[in-house]
Amino acid sequence: MKIDPGNLRRLLGVVLLVAVLALLGLWLAGWTRFLLTVALGESLAVIGVALLMRAGLVSFGQGLFSAVGAYAVAYGMRLWGIHEALLLLAVAVAASTLLAVAIGPLICRYRQIFFAMISLAFSMVLYSILLKFNTATGGSDGMEVTAATVLGYHAAAKALAGVYYYLTLACFGVALFATAAYYASPAGYLARAVRDNEIRLEYLGASVSRETFRAYIFAAALTGLSGGLFALAVGHVSPTLAYWTKSGEFLFAALLGGTSSPIAPVVGTVVFESLNSYLSAYLPNVWQMALGAIMLAIILLMPRGLWSLYERFSARHAA
Amino acid sequence: MERQCFMTFRRVIMAALAATAMASATLVPSSPAAAQTQPQELKIGIVTFLSGAAASPFGIPARNGAEILLESINKGSLPAPYEKKGFGGVKVVPVFMDEASGPDPISAYRRLASSVDFVIGYISSEHCLSVAPAAEEEQKLTVLFDCGTPRIFEDNSYRYVFRTTATAAVDNIAAARYVYSRYPNLKTVSGINQNYAWGQDSWKDFSSAIKSLDSKVKIDAAQFPAIFAGSYSSQISTLLAADPDVIHSSFWGGDAEGLLIQGAPLGLFSRSHVVLTAGEPILHRQGIASLMPSGVVLGARGPHGPLAPENKLDAWFSKAYADRYNTEPAYPSYHMAQAVLGLKAAYEKAQAASHSEHPTTAQVIAAFTHLSFETPSGTITMALGKGHQAVEPAAYGVTKVENGKVTLTDVKRYPVECVNPPEGIKAEDWIARHFPGAKNCPK
Repeated sequence: MKIDPGNLRRLLGVVLLVAVLALLGLWLAGWTRFLLTVALGESLAVIGVALLMRAGLVSFGQGLFSAVGAYAVAYGMRLWGIHEALLLLAVAVAASTLLAVAIGPLICRYRQIFFAMISLAFSMVLYSILLKFNTATGGSDGMEVTAATVLGYHAAAKALAGVYYYLTLACFGVALFATAAYYASPAGYLARAVRDNEIRLEYLGASVSRETFRAYIFAAALTGLSGGLFALAVGHVSPTLAYWTKSGEFLFAALLGGTSSPIAPVVGTVVFESLNSYLSAYLPNVWQMALGAIMLAIILLMPRGLWSLYERFSARHAA
Repeated sequence: MERQCFMTFRRVIMAALAATAMASATLVPSSPAAAQTQPQELKIGIVTFLSGAAASPFGIPARNGAEILLESINKGSLPAPYEKKGFGGVKVVPVFMDEASGPDPISAYRRLASSVDFVIGYISSEHCLSVAPAAEEEQKLTVLFDCGTPRIFEDNSYRYVFRTTATAAVDNIAAARYVYSRYPNLKTVSGINQNYAWGQDSWKDFSSAIKSLDSKVKIDAAQFPAIFAGSYSSQISTLLAADPDVIHSSFWGGDAEGLLIQGAPLGLFSRSHVVLTAGEPILHRQGIASLMPSGVVLGARGPHGPLAPENKLDAWFSKAYADRYNTEPAYPSYHMAQAVLGLKAAYEKAQAASHSEHPTTAQVIAAFTHLSFETPSGTITMALGKGHQAVEPAAYGVTKVENGKVTLTDVKRYPVECVNPPEGIKAEDWIARHFPGAKNCPK
């Protein structure tokens, strides 16, 4: 098999990034590392949202898959007694992918506001189900997710957060590389062409519905993984994961970071969650207002996201 | 070609470095928490809603309660048995945090826990349930002060977690007992509760307690509007049509006020006896309190506010609070007082037991377990959950409007053993099994 030199380069980049983050994990204090665990896990959902935006599809209901992934982990533990994190994450990805396969053909027929609204509707349906069937789901109080083993290794309570950081980092690395490879693949380019001109794409002999469906499933799998990682790290799942504000946060982090590179949404998420955390710590009474003002300023000054800063910088130096 | 290759490689490295720089710029490691042995002062994280719908009825009264108490504790101006300055001479400093803080309650909790000695907080049951395991991991003594779900110590046991207030099941058992003895010809009962755990659990406990007291009572037309729905006209119409003897509601905040404003003109409060289990904060809302009609059964989630027993601590607390904030303390302020005073009592007991001004967390935990301590709401005992969960007496009264002022009359007090399940029995089962062991219930 011939290895694409582009992919080799991407792999190298991802390995380098993961290695740096792994070293960072040794140096960071407990809660900052936890914050980074949550942010990196969540960034996979944001990558999913950005991936759809790249194909011209704005999802306002990505929380659906995040909740499915998280509850899959909770139920996998409770009903089937699975206590291996990797297996639980596999269940999370499988559940969200299956759901995407089931509802994708319907949702992917819509565009623009209609796509946003119907994706929102599906996530709110799940939210209502989780809320209403409270004897099976724990209702709004949610369900506990106890400590899982990682590759059979049972970490002590004190070390668990560290183990989950490296687990999240490993999943993050795999997902980031898969996204980068997808973006550079013919399918990735075709998805981008869907946004530019669907009719022309059909004339070229490609199938618009197939490309959007593929993007939708890929995004769902990433988001399901993100939800599973969140459930493990936080140790609790609740229906708010499927609530529209959560999907709105994903969308916002994607806009904040930008959609041109797979790493851009990651930057967006880490910045968004760090701001969230620090502002609420230092300005407990007005943190939401401060967060809103900063976000507004960033979006107004950098409509293409934070990543456009780097692009501008690298373009100047390449010239 | 070589140049291009170099360029792309450089871009990859730049990307990695940019991301790391971004991460490390924002994620500066904090200094480790002050060593346990010689603190100049004790930092106490206080977590309540400072934003959102639960801030005004619960979060702010609780926060204010903590502020006035800790300030007075440092001055040593509390009545006995809390006249010692600080926590046994050690100054206490509050660190306030919004319960709605981002990115998620656990990240926010861990951040707070890293910089304080103790945490007191949490109004939302969902937050309590998720924070408790995190407290164990962080090994940080955490006092849950207001959330109502019995699941915390019924489904699990914790070493570092305490709850100084009774569960919501107690409120609803007492409410059922109150209406059952007050309205002897009770035939039909209905309810309007918010469609989330608090409302669902409250209704389940209340309706099954009524059934347990008298299986002939008909339960009918229970309504579950969405939380913060704002408009309840269709539910009010259904309840008016069903015309039950008693309507139970655990509505709080804007929802409770909305029900009052929309239901009273339609005769909801005059045709049926309405029970508001968490209705007491309405009495402290200017402009809304005057809308409260006579004859509403009102609870305060325990003997708090106008239902508090007469004692020196309550006299001091309500006066100090009213002087400072120009309003009476509501029940969340009392719940906060229970948490703060419980922690102070435990800390001072641990000091005495360890002959040290600065006991370790383990010593404070040992002192807190099964502790009985005085509060403005009477004596609180940590009797359940292996000594980590408080039992509380309950009290209900009926509103009476005179000269535009609302008072509570026909107040009945339910001693601890009448409304709290004994250790080892879940509240749900205790209700279903007709309250085995319940005694001293008022007629």
